[in-house]
Amino acid sequence: MDEKKETAVAEASAASTAGVSTKKGGPLATAGSASSKARLRVAKAYKMYVGGAFVRSESGRYFQVKSDAGQTGPDPETVNVPRGSRKDVRDAVLSAKNAQEPWAARTAYNRGQILYRLAEVLESRKDELVMSLARGGLSADDAAREADAAVDRSVYYAGFADKVSALVASHNPVSGPHFGFSVPEPLGVVCVVAPPRPALLGLVSTVLPVITSGNSCVVLASDVDPRTAVVFAECLATSDLPGGVVNVLTGHPHELATQMAKHREVFGMDVWVDDDKLATDVEKAAADNVKRVKTHGLPAVEAWLDESGAQGIGWIERFLETKTIWHPVGL
Amino acid sequence: MSTESDHAKTANGTMEFRAGTPGRGGGIPLFAPPPVDQIAVEERAASLAKRSIKKAAKVAGLKLAIRMMDLTTLEGKDTAGKVRQLCRKALTPLDSDPSLGPCAAICVYPNFVAIAKEALAGSTVKVASVATAFPSGQSPLSIKLDDTKRAVDFGADEIDMVIDRGAMLAGDYAKVFDEIAATKEACRHAHLKVILETGELGTYDVVRKASDLAIAAGADFIKTSTGKVQPAATPPVTLVMLEAIRDHYYATGRKIGMKPAGGVRTAKQSLHYLVLVKETLGDAWLTPDLFRFGASALLNDVLMQLEKERTGVYQASEDFSKD
Repeated sequence: MDEKKETAVAEASAASTAGVSTKKGGPLATAGSASSKARLRVAKAYKMYVGGAFVRSESGRYFQVKSDAGQTGPDPETVNVPRGSRKDVRDAVLSAKNAQEPWAARTAYNRGQILYRLAEVLESRKDELVMSLARGGLSADDAAREADAAVDRSVYYAGFADKVSALVASHNPVSGPHFGFSVPEPLGVVCVVAPPRPALLGLVSTVLPVITSGNSCVVLASDVDPRTAVVFAECLATSDLPGGVVNVLTGHPHELATQMAKHREVFGMDVWVDDDKLATDVEKAAADNVKRVKTHGLPAVEAWLDESGAQGIGWIERFLETKTIWHPVGL
Repeated sequence: MSTESDHAKTANGTMEFRAGTPGRGGGIPLFAPPPVDQIAVEERAASLAKRSIKKAAKVAGLKLAIRMMDLTTLEGKDTAGKVRQLCRKALTPLDSDPSLGPCAAICVYPNFVAIAKEALAGSTVKVASVATAFPSGQSPLSIKLDDTKRAVDFGADEIDMVIDRGAMLAGDYAKVFDEIAATKEACRHAHLKVILETGELGTYDVVRKASDLAIAAGADFIKTSTGKVQPAATPPVTLVMLEAIRDHYYATGRKIGMKPAGGVRTAKQSLHYLVLVKETLGDAWLTPDLFRFGASALLNDVLMQLEKERTGVYQASEDFSKD
């Protein structure tokens, strides 16, 4: 580039950053100061995550969540979040069903790698998670603590992926010239109704043990702070996890939990609600195809941070099926 | 069989046809298919797919779809056992509800016609056999005719032939016409379905041309695809073919059947095809005699939707037999 041109470009850019209009400036010249210009708000459309894509509810319905008073951030005080419907559950279960076999067919080691990749992505987007939790009503300290724990939990289950079968499987003593092996297998599609709080850690702590062993999952996120679940879904989408392995719905448990329980393609339910009647309804509806149902009340938030209780191989085992094989002993 | 003298080049270079044998082709003297408006066809097909069909109408439509189904297995790995299994499925699609079905036909390779015939003896389910060097059609005519004759000898009620797409695209319409006409003769009493393989024809204009050609040459049914090429049946391509059937009916009063095949996998799609047929050809075509679905995966999805309507609960795929 010749010297004259270079100078002209430098002048023009200097003029534009200083907010001074010059005749020579051409397209780079600006009328006013760039820094003081009011920008249009770029509001985010919060969407559910189904089959690897971000979707609105097929019903077109929304519910609203408010930012905690005094919070600042890109969102207005009130935002619309999709209010999932029966047919959204149907679509999500279908995606989960189609994704489950290929997911289980991957090597356990590869599933572990992908879960570790998820931890990496969560770590790199931790600021966004913390901000989202804070807008959902947490103090900055609590939000940071919860996000840290969520990342650590992802690392924890990443490490477990290729160890579960060695720890759970057994070689059984049998009377007769046979080997008896018991090996764990994933159930299939498992639906989770995540606890309202902690919105992120509760979601991570219930979903990851389900998918670690090769199940796929449809999770209904907290309806108190659904935005954080959407941010988490964005982490899932960028973490090599195949679409459909985890499907994140937003909406209300009292509308969707029994729909999940009724669906015959679903083989397990993990329900965290503070509503005995709803828990009973889920158990009754799930009896149709004899799903494995775990219903729980709502533990204190502190309990989810406790690494001795809120994570462990027991969490993975809850949604495993044991297959026992008899094989004749050779000569 | 027609010869070179049956065809003449017109001034603008397009081929004019006279049907090879008097009486065949319903007496269309010239082969001059109208052009197809791609945008209009795609929009119309899309708009007809937006209709919401619920409750009783949905159940009636799905039950009709089962009775219109040509349950198909065309794999190199087909065995007598699999064909017998498929025949059982065609006879009673759902054990728990004997009122469903039976399917219209089962569609197999010639080697399995006799086995299917035996398994379906005494029922209304027809046996369709693919022939004429399916799926490519790239063999000498004598082999294709022999293929057809043998399938009919084995007992096939219907023959699904493929056209020579290479000849169609090269503009050798006379060859395509003559092969269809000769195959029709070789079918004797068996019904002839002509597979256009629209996925290889490129444009709707060629699809329309091939449809008119097949109808003129004596097809009883025209069929979109072999199921071996993507894209297979799509709503717009089906609409183009249905319009060819409609125009032929207006011109001659003769009713030609339609069979979309391949790519129809869900109950909802099958309902959309029924809407297309009703809106283009009317109720007269909503019968297994004039409309068929060539499918294998579709049946289970339809059964799952019917069970969903009956019980109110979404079904699990593993509760339905695979073949």
